[in-house]
Amino acid sequence: MTSKSCILSEVAKLTAQQEISADTWSVAGRTFTSRLIVGTGKYKTLEQNAAAVEASGAEIVTVAVRRVNISDPGQPRLTDFIDPQNVTYLPNTAGCFTAEEAIRTLRLAREAGGWNLVKLEVLGEAKTLYPDMRETLRATESLVAEGFEPMVYCVDDPIAAKQLEEAGAVAIMPLGAPIGSGLGVQNRVTIRLIVEGANVPVLVDAGVGTASDAAEAMELGCDGVLMNTAIAEAKDPVLMARAMKSAVYSGRLAYLAGRMQKRRYADPSSPLAGLI
Amino acid sequence: MSLDGSLGIRVNGEHRRLPGGMNVAEMVSSLGLDPLRVAVERNLEIIPRSSLQEVMVEDGDDFEIVHFVGGG
Repeated sequence: MTSKSCILSEVAKLTAQQEISADTWSVAGRTFTSRLIVGTGKYKTLEQNAAAVEASGAEIVTVAVRRVNISDPGQPRLTDFIDPQNVTYLPNTAGCFTAEEAIRTLRLAREAGGWNLVKLEVLGEAKTLYPDMRETLRATESLVAEGFEPMVYCVDDPIAAKQLEEAGAVAIMPLGAPIGSGLGVQNRVTIRLIVEGANVPVLVDAGVGTASDAAEAMELGCDGVLMNTAIAEAKDPVLMARAMKSAVYSGRLAYLAGRMQKRRYADPSSPLAGLI
Repeated sequence: MSLDGSLGIRVNGEHRRLPGGMNVAEMVSSLGLDPLRVAVERNLEIIPRSSLQEVMVEDGDDFEIVHFVGGG
């Protein structure tokens, strides 16, 4: 390679890096580079949890708000393994089935952490963990009135998503499939419609099982993906966290690149002219 | 309040007895917890961290003390 072409390839590399580093997303005025948000539940140990978060490159982790164990106050704490100074803690309302429970939980979270960016989920029933949209919308309105900035877990329904946005949700987080199911994006059409209609970030939250599911969500134009079980229940969670990091990145690049049109039949890649 | 001046309270659903004259920050510390790492709700109302030392524990108080744990 000549020195000139060396320089040119270096310039191309630099430009590509600049493009990539410029590809950030923002929610409620905070800007992030990683488009992967990971949960911190279901890990065998806090050490494994921390290693998986590190491997995922996530800048935001979801956390739950629970009673401290007053019988054994010396138990290891999440904050000792995942430093809230380095990673943004996103308190969730997992396990809440009414707007009131969710609001109470997030008020406590705000006191424990001191920030307003929260993840709201209000569940309808235990079997499917499907969101109760009536309660979710009600809770969103109340939280916004109290100064919270809720990122909201919801059904993959473009109308419900729009209503949440109008109520002040700072991000719309439709499920790809039921929480913890690992079934992947079940309705590509509705996810795409939500993305097209939204003026706030859209993240697929729940249902991702493996890397291709995460890439698919990103190819549909989502701003990010939130997952927990797909990493925590993999045989090697740290390796799966790396896989998800790559998948979210690749899916994003593919979305930006703009995929080819599909054809019904074959189209040869080599020229037909000059065939011997 | 009992004859010896101690108080009966509930913390996270468990009954506890405490000597009188404690503020909430002291009560939290007496449980082996760091008041800076938890959020405290007293009779369904959050006590701001900045006021934990000003609010006195009273007989019959019902406390919830929470923190962040792993979750999805």
